Amino acid sequence: MSVPILKTEGLTHVYSQGTPFETTAVENVDFQAERGEYLAVIGHTGSGKSTFIQHLNGLIRPTSGRVLFDGEDISKSKEKLRNIRFKVGMVFQYPEYQLFEETVYKDIAYGPGNMKLSKSEIDERVREAAAFTGLSEDLFEKSPFELSGGQKRRVAIAGIMAMRPEVLILDEPTAGLDPVGREDILANIRKYHDSMGSTIIMVSHSMEEVAKNAQRLVVMSGGHIVMDGSPAQVFEHGRELTEMGLDIPIAAQIAMKLRDMGLSVDKSVFTVKQLADSLVRMGRKDCD
Amino acid sequence: MAVLFIAVSTVSVKTILSGLKPLIIIIVLTGLLNMFYTSGTVLVEFWIIKITREGIINAAYMVSRIIMLITATFMLTYTTSPLSLTDGLERLLSFLKRFKVPIHELSMMMSIALRFIPTLIEETGKIMNAQNARGADFDTGGLVKKAKAMIPLLVPLFISAFKRADELAVAMESRCYHGGEGRTRMRVLRMRAADWVVIALSIMLCVASWLLRGVTL
Repeated sequence: MSVPILKTEGLTHVYSQGTPFETTAVENVDFQAERGEYLAVIGHTGSGKSTFIQHLNGLIRPTSGRVLFDGEDISKSKEKLRNIRFKVGMVFQYPEYQLFEETVYKDIAYGPGNMKLSKSEIDERVREAAAFTGLSEDLFEKSPFELSGGQKRRVAIAGIMAMRPEVLILDEPTAGLDPVGREDILANIRKYHDSMGSTIIMVSHSMEEVAKNAQRLVVMSGGHIVMDGSPAQVFEHGRELTEMGLDIPIAAQIAMKLRDMGLSVDKSVFTVKQLADSLVRMGRKDCD
Repeated sequence: MAVLFIAVSTVSVKTILSGLKPLIIIIVLTGLLNMFYTSGTVLVEFWIIKITREGIINAAYMVSRIIMLITATFMLTYTTSPLSLTDGLERLLSFLKRFKVPIHELSMMMSIALRFIPTLIEETGKIMNAQNARGADFDTGGLVKKAKAMIPLLVPLFISAFKRADELAVAMESRCYHGGEGRTRMRVLRMRAADWVVIALSIMLCVASWLLRGVTL
């Protein structure tokens, strides 16, 4: 097996160490992400997921443990750390607050500009990122502050995609958008994933979103990774997830209720389609 | 006096001492400079160092002055919340209303400003992280380069601050806020015996130090 693109070993982070406010946000997390994987990190507020993902591009230094990118410790040197930030792109929550340039074009070009690329290379990347996020080129000369909320968010995400990160981390990229906007952003991310072959790590609250998009789910609770597996595997533990204060997809909820009522609905059901198929199959069996 | 204040308040001596810690260098330096560079009757002479009687007295004065100054401000900020501080200020300055000075508005502005300092700090951290993730470099380079590097930080910060101010204004207006005229308070400040005692003691201290101004040891 090849070297995982990102790996953490015994990652621990303690806030305000040595003071009465000492809190352990992340404790002894061993995690790895393969090249080209689309995975989602879920967990309720305060589960340590935000702290955890900020370690992955070196914005926070671990109290103990290591973060390895392509097998190498990322905090070896300052120069290395800066390069890592270009390879591991991070889209924060409400990223539209980071926009600052006069025009959309310049704002998307800020990241690649910091990478010291040639002008033509930057231009190519800006156009590519705009295409990924569905921004038309006539918006380039507009001020980002004139745009709508959804468009601002796309500009912000394009600003990260333009760095062509090998790992793209997104912290709740759809928070505060309407359903159409959410769907669009998710489609943009999928497009980037499919055509660049990059690893995607998405933090989300919405289980529906996660169930539909991610290949692998990592569940965090109390600073630990408590579950790690395919959506089908994770949603099998519907009850534990609910106890952790997490939602499960509506189809999985219905399946759980039906099982409680004594029906033999498949345990791995988590999309509406699977549920429907499973029910139809059961109906057929009854008819036979 | 300062000792008395500390004893009366609920602030522990430890917090005050830890507050003094960062200023220790300044305090020690002032003490030493005053000790060595005051002329007068020489007590000890050693190589180029001369310690005079006046020097020691001066040093003691200066050091205790600085310590007193710092503890006094500490006592104020540790015992009094910014809210009651602005309330008190408003009361004290309310006589200026007769001269058409908008005291209520000023103190409201002050409490809002104080309220939003932590919010702004948090916001700065967030934006800094976001720009760092895009390869921003805030620490290296010369003065011009550093100033330029601040643009990606300051522009979003200002924009969000203006937006917040706007939202706050709308929120206040939708709750029918319209200035100080005839407004009642949630917390009413009343003078209590302790307040009078402190004021009396302070006045006494001032008078005493004024009377003693010419006296030297």
